[in-house]
Amino acid sequence: MEPMLSVRNLVKRFGGLVAVNRVSLDVYPGEVVGLVGDNAAGKSTLIKCVSGVYHAEEGEIYFEGRRVSFAAPIEARRAGIETIYQDLALAGNLDVPANIFLGREVKKRYLGGLIRTLDEDHMLRESQTVLNSLEIRFPSLTVPIDKLSGGQRQAVAIARALYWKAKFIIMDEPTNNLGVVEQRKVLELIRRLREQGVPIILISHTLPDVFAVTDRIVVMHRGRKVTEKRTAETNSQEIVQYMVGALDDTRAQLQEA
Amino acid sequence: MAAESSSLAIASARTARQKQLVLIVSRVWAWVFLALLIAFFTASVFSTSGGSVNFLTLRNSQNILMAITPVLLMGLGQTFVIIAAGIDLSVGWVMGLASVISALVIADLVAQGMAETPAIVLGFVIGVIAAAIPGFINGVIIAKLRIPSFIVTLGMSFIARGISLLLSGGNVVIGQPPGVRAFGNESLLYLISGEGGGLYFLQRPNVTGEALQRLDRILPWPVVVTAIVVAIALFVLHKTQFGRHTYAIGGNREAALRAGVPVDRHIIMLYTLSGITCGIAGILHTARFNGGSSIAGDPLMLPSIAAVIIGGVSMFGGHGSVAGTVIGALIIAVLTTGLVMLNVQPFWQFIVVGIVVILAVLIDQARDLIIGRMESQG
Repeated sequence: MEPMLSVRNLVKRFGGLVAVNRVSLDVYPGEVVGLVGDNAAGKSTLIKCVSGVYHAEEGEIYFEGRRVSFAAPIEARRAGIETIYQDLALAGNLDVPANIFLGREVKKRYLGGLIRTLDEDHMLRESQTVLNSLEIRFPSLTVPIDKLSGGQRQAVAIARALYWKAKFIIMDEPTNNLGVVEQRKVLELIRRLREQGVPIILISHTLPDVFAVTDRIVVMHRGRKVTEKRTAETNSQEIVQYMVGALDDTRAQLQEA
Repeated sequence: MAAESSSLAIASARTARQKQLVLIVSRVWAWVFLALLIAFFTASVFSTSGGSVNFLTLRNSQNILMAITPVLLMGLGQTFVIIAAGIDLSVGWVMGLASVISALVIADLVAQGMAETPAIVLGFVIGVIAAAIPGFINGVIIAKLRIPSFIVTLGMSFIARGISLLLSGGNVVIGQPPGVRAFGNESLLYLISGEGGGLYFLQRPNVTGEALQRLDRILPWPVVVTAIVVAIALFVLHKTQFGRHTYAIGGNREAALRAGVPVDRHIIMLYTLSGITCGIAGILHTARFNGGSSIAGDPLMLPSIAAVIIGGVSMFGGHGSVAGTVIGALIIAVLTTGLVMLNVQPFWQFIVVGIVVILAVLIDQARDLIIGRMESQG
């Protein structure tokens, strides 16, 4: 099977610092890949190269078999790569449909398109449908997002990505700052996205969460990918060893060579 | 168990009702306050004048509407700007600039022999454009160079002031044809009350003497123009994508940007619109006072911002409405007119308006506090 996303020998430097050092990574359709590592391991930099925030100096990125080079996040999103950031990027003063449709509002046209008003009913119905498909229920969709819990907001961000036919989702610490029950609900959502065939890269510090939903785990340490394991064939002790630099597959290969 | 859960249900129903009540009170207080103000002034003006002066007359209501038009127009542009988490401090002097330029253009065109009506229309259009330009420049600097709106528009305020004073030589620009004054002072309807009277549409009845005393203007043209701008602002802010994006930028600019909202272009349009509403206020001033004045808008800038705040627009952005600003402007106008009619020294107006501004924000905060407390308990 062809990988949906393929990163080849990517290098990103900030001045003298090599933030991402010749990293390669494949993600296949319907797969959830965990990207873990200590702070400053290069996880966020790597995904920002994929999502068009940064431009890598060396290496290639292939998406759906085609070589891509996104100049801006909006280009990555147009190609179908949706990134859900830690801070969610929702407008807290707007309600759920307004956020799901932000920047892509549905309009009713009058006088041959001369006057265009927001089609609130349509946006509300569509929001309801996409939230139902994720089995998310809110008491009311027409309250400002600020009034919702962290987990509910995360659900809105995920629903937005799904509604706009994201082909590939990157999640940056989606369970951070959430209560236990909410964390479980978000993990549930990730599983449901996977059932719908959407591949996901999950960046997280919380190893139990990573083990709960991923198929594969990629560990980064100081800018390099130090290992890649099937989730079923490893355990958190081993992953922690890689995260702190005690184990390193690339070093072993180097020594063998 | 059953008793416990049912008492819990009752308690939560009670909090829901209380929350509803707090929300309703916080939403309608401004209307109630306005109604109380009108009732208070009606009663007190009546009693202090020994029954000879009535606050609640058609004539007085039209005077109040005329008085608020410039404040409200500037407040409407400001409402959009503040909802998007900015502020426009240049509105007063930009209004003066529009007043001066429109009067100069009209006087010049008429002096060169152009017919009156096209000269007036052209002068007014150029006046509004002249106000849109500083607004546009404000927007470009704020959006592209990321300089705080507070500073950019403060600077623009001085620039507009300088230009309009240079152009007018510090004097009122006179030499207007009669149509200018007519536009500023005639009205849509006329009413002669009492015997032999009636309602007249568009055409001012040709009466003199005692009948002239009984003649009332209903909806003067500046009020009609302002009402049209209010209607457009209501529609744009609450029904269109432009309005939605204005709220989104004020709520979370970064989110709007990532969602693909053309944030920079939108901000430029907001400040340009603010300039345009100031321009309309400026040309209406020229029409009403039959001349262009650079200092026309300066004393109205702070009242216009006060109207926006009383109307519930958050200075942090993201919240507010057009209706709120209309109510805010009405409260200020009723207060000032009422105090004048009570023969209170005019300087008291400022103190009372100041208290209302602070009170309005306190009420908004109290609402959030009470609802927040209810939610953390529930």
